[in-house]
Amino acid sequence: MNKVYSRPKALKDVSTHYCPGCGHGIVHRLIAEVVDELSIRERVIAVAPVGCAVIAYDYWAFDCSEAAHGRALAVATAIKRVRPETIVFTYQGDGDLAAIGTNETIHAANRGENLTVIFINNAVYGMTGGQMAPTTLIGQKTATTPLGRDAQLQGYPLKVSELLAQLPGVKYIQRTSLQSVQDILKTKQAIKEAFQNQMNGLGFSLVEILSPCPTYWGLSPLKALEWIKDVLSKEFPLGRIK
Amino acid sequence: MITGNEAIAEGALDAGCRFYAGYPITPQNELPAYMSRRMPQLGGIFIQAESELAAINMVFGASAAGALAMTSSSSPGISLKQEGISYIAGARLPAVIVNIMRGGPGLGNIWPAQSDYFQATKSGGHGDYHCLVLAPSTVQEAYELVKLAFYLAEKYRNPAILLADGMLGQMMEPLVKNPKSKIPNPKDRRKEWALTGCKGRAPNIVKSFYMREGDLEKLNLALQKHYQLIQAKEERYEGLFLKDAQIILVAYGTMARISKVALHTLRQEGIKVGLIRPIALWPFPKKAFAAKSSSKVRYLVVEMSYGQMLEDVLLTVRDKEQVEFLGRAGGGVPSAEEIIKKVKKIL
Repeated sequence: MNKVYSRPKALKDVSTHYCPGCGHGIVHRLIAEVVDELSIRERVIAVAPVGCAVIAYDYWAFDCSEAAHGRALAVATAIKRVRPETIVFTYQGDGDLAAIGTNETIHAANRGENLTVIFINNAVYGMTGGQMAPTTLIGQKTATTPLGRDAQLQGYPLKVSELLAQLPGVKYIQRTSLQSVQDILKTKQAIKEAFQNQMNGLGFSLVEILSPCPTYWGLSPLKALEWIKDVLSKEFPLGRIK
Repeated sequence: MITGNEAIAEGALDAGCRFYAGYPITPQNELPAYMSRRMPQLGGIFIQAESELAAINMVFGASAAGALAMTSSSSPGISLKQEGISYIAGARLPAVIVNIMRGGPGLGNIWPAQSDYFQATKSGGHGDYHCLVLAPSTVQEAYELVKLAFYLAEKYRNPAILLADGMLGQMMEPLVKNPKSKIPNPKDRRKEWALTGCKGRAPNIVKSFYMREGDLEKLNLALQKHYQLIQAKEERYEGLFLKDAQIILVAYGTMARISKVALHTLRQEGIKVGLIRPIALWPFPKKAFAAKSSSKVRYLVVEMSYGQMLEDVLLTVRDKEQVEFLGRAGGGVPSAEEIIKKVKKIL
């Protein structure tokens, strides 16, 4: 009998700390699978900033650095410049990449740093208890928008990927989701391409992944996936952005 | 002839620094400009960062990857870097941070000041940590001490601050490049902990986050032990006429230079004045005061601030009656004449 499915070498054999139905575990695994398939486990370096995934190093079996909230791309820029032979990627949430770290995001992209960015967009701050994120939808209720996000008061969902696509230093941007198995496979393909771009020296590549947060959306895991399909991906259309 | 800012850049390069990230701010702009020219010639990396925050976090990343890394700024910019410095200390990373101090608070002005002493020596960011702090008083010494800062940062895996002021940064003096001054020990540069890709070893993790019960307290206890070791070994000061002095001036950096002028003038008049010039501000050179603390010698602390190092002198001498203070800030610099007048008033 052939073994057809097993844990990637780049993924540690540990139990998860994420909430039921959370998308982080899926993306952690996809990254580990891609790292194995590209045979880069021994030269990849991850940068995990503050957010639910700050302890991503508990799951990945390769070198990892913490980063302060919003500073992942400053840390990653330096690591890659110092060690150009390594494959450096950041794993950032929407609050990290699109609020407190917007400056680092735009400038690392604009410098055309040869980096890979995995951007988890779940439209809320998870680690701190479900507050409004820059990507929170109009009308969406969060811990800090109890009546729903009001454009008059809190502005609009920020589409960072579309913004970054304007910059000449950016080579690849793809928005995917985790709403179905098919979408998960597309996400893996996008992650692989973003890593391959770096290996080929092409420059800044980013994959934005619409990821479920059932806990702070107040939905069951299954309903959360439906909400991505029916609502979230309407505001953040899937596909190749650049 | 070279400015203090350029001498610091040159010293850093001679120490083996090959990564610099910074953001423009006066009065330290000659330093990054020099780095931008020289770094590429030496195969190093110069990045003009988008912010002070990005600059200090680039230093975090470069150090995590094993490079000798440095940033520089001036007071308001150093305030912005404090979170990053705390992370560097928590993650046990070596790094050198140069602060060419200017007047504060707020935007203040671009005149020299020594008002960031508390911030530099007492852990300016969050958490119980310390940076090593070195304070040069001449351009030559700025060159020597930045090399020492790299040596100590690497040796102790700890951030080190070179604390100077706008006057020293801008001043031009002759520099003799001394190949014998301390540079990082090759042994300290092996860095088994650095992020290089995990080929042939278990993965390395650089972090300061410890959520499991008791883990962060363990890290803190280890850090405290580490700081005690540094305190025992790394006190540095210059002492002048300490044996016969009736009054000892205590001053560092630019203020120590001016104090020396006052000292020699007073000595010519037969007044027995001495000087303690802390070269390391953390660890504070308590030993300098040990010989005299029992006798009734008087101390006059002189600072370009309203009394920051003064608190460390008071903690060391422990007798308020023995300690006097003269200070100005916000661009005001106590003159030799003011020091002489104050000494005569005390005696």
